[in-house]
Amino acid sequence: MDRTMVDLWVGIFVAIGIAALMVLALKVGNASTTFNVGETYHVSGDFDNIGGLKVRAPVKSAGVVVGRVDQITFDNERFRARVVMNIDKRYQFPKDTSASILTSGLLGEQYIGLEAGGDSENIKAGGSLKLTQSAVVLEKLIGQFLYNKAAEGDSKK
Amino acid sequence: MLERIAAALRRLGRQFINAIWRLGYASRFFLLVLLRSGTSFRRFRLVVKEIYFAGVLSLIIISVSGLFVGMVLALQGYETLQKYGSAEAVGTLVALSLTRELGPVVSALLFASRAGSAMTAEIGLMKATEQISAMEMMAVDPIARVIGPRFWGGLISMPLLAAMFSAVGVFGGYLIAVVLIGVDEGAFWSQMQNAVDFRYDIVNGVIKSVVFGVAVTAIALFEGYDAPPTAEGVSHATTRTVVTSSLAILGLDFVLTAFMFRGA
Repeated sequence: MDRTMVDLWVGIFVAIGIAALMVLALKVGNASTTFNVGETYHVSGDFDNIGGLKVRAPVKSAGVVVGRVDQITFDNERFRARVVMNIDKRYQFPKDTSASILTSGLLGEQYIGLEAGGDSENIKAGGSLKLTQSAVVLEKLIGQFLYNKAAEGDSKK
Repeated sequence: MLERIAAALRRLGRQFINAIWRLGYASRFFLLVLLRSGTSFRRFRLVVKEIYFAGVLSLIIISVSGLFVGMVLALQGYETLQKYGSAEAVGTLVALSLTRELGPVVSALLFASRAGSAMTAEIGLMKATEQISAMEMMAVDPIARVIGPRFWGGLISMPLLAAMFSAVGVFGGYLIAVVLIGVDEGAFWSQMQNAVDFRYDIVNGVIKSVVFGVAVTAIALFEGYDAPPTAEGVSHATTRTVVTSSLAILGLDFVLTAFMFRGA
C-alpha cells in the first residue's frame, strides 16, 4: 500500500476542515470561556423579579465575566425566582456578596452583577447569595415616574 | 361512472402501497449499509478515495459560495443595522446566521446537487452496465465494496465542508464590513465572540451538517441502487436525488431547529 496523490489531497481537505472548525470555535465563538466547564462551582440566588434574564447570560463582577447563569426555576413556596449560577473556580467571593440583575446598555442583554462584600469567609460551592436586587422593569419605572409627577403637580396647587 | 371511480381508487391505492414498499426497501438498504460498513473501514483506502470525490472536489464551489453568502449577508445586514446605529452588530448577524443555518443548509444543498447527483448517476450506470451483478457473481458484496465507502466518504466530508463554508463566509463578511465599509474591527470581532456560543451555536451547526450528510448520501445511494437499469431510469433517479434530498434537507432543518433553538 503506497501513498498516492489522492491521499495528499484528502489530507489537505481534512486539515482545512478541522482548521475551519477551530477558527469557528476560537475566533468566531467563545470556546475559550466555555471549555473550562469542570472548574466551576454553583451559587444560587433568589430574586423577586428576574426581568428578561436568560439561561447562559453572563455573571459579571466589576465588569469582568466570572461565570454564567446555569438554570432559572420558580420557587413555588415563596413565589420567587431561583437563579443558579456557574462561577469560575478561580474567583472566590465573600459570603455577603450581593447579586443584582443589570442591563448592558439601554436595550442590551441582561446579566447578573456581583458586588463583593466585606466578610472574611468566602461563599461555599452550592451556597446561596442572600442579598439580591431584582431587575428593573421599565414599565414599573415609568409608572412610578408618572405617579410622582402627578403627586408633585397636586402638591403645587 | 362507478367503474372509473373504482379504477382511480385502485390506482391511488397501488401508488400508496408502492410508496410504502419503497420506504421499507430504503430502510432495509440503509440498515444493510450500516451493518456491512465494517468492511469499508477495513479497506479505508476506498473511503479516502470517496472523500476525494465528494469532499475535495467540492472545495471550490463550497468556498466560493460561502464567500459570496457571507458578503451578501454583511451588505444586507449593514444596510438595516446602520439605521439603528448598531453597525458593529453585523459581525454577530453574519456569524450566527452562518453557523446556525446557512452554513449547514446551503453547503448540504450544494453537496446534494454536486456530489449526490454524481453518486446516483455513477451507481445507476454501474447497475445498468451490469457491473453490480458482475460483482455479485464474483462473490464481492456490492454494498460493502461500492455503497459503503461512498456513504462514509460523504458523511465525513459533509461537516467539514459546512465548517469551511461558515468560516469562509465569516471571512467574506469581514471583508465587506471591515475592509470595505469601515466598521470598527475590534467591535466586529468582540461582539461576534460574545454572541456566538461554542456548544449552543457551533456544535449544533455541526450536528445539523452530520444529519444532512447522512440524509443526502443515503438518498443518493438508494436512488442509484434502485434505479431502473436504463438511460431514462438513471436520469430520472438523478433528478429524484436532487429533489428529494433538497426537500429532506429543508424539512430536517426545520425539525432540528425546532429541537435545538427553542429560545431557552
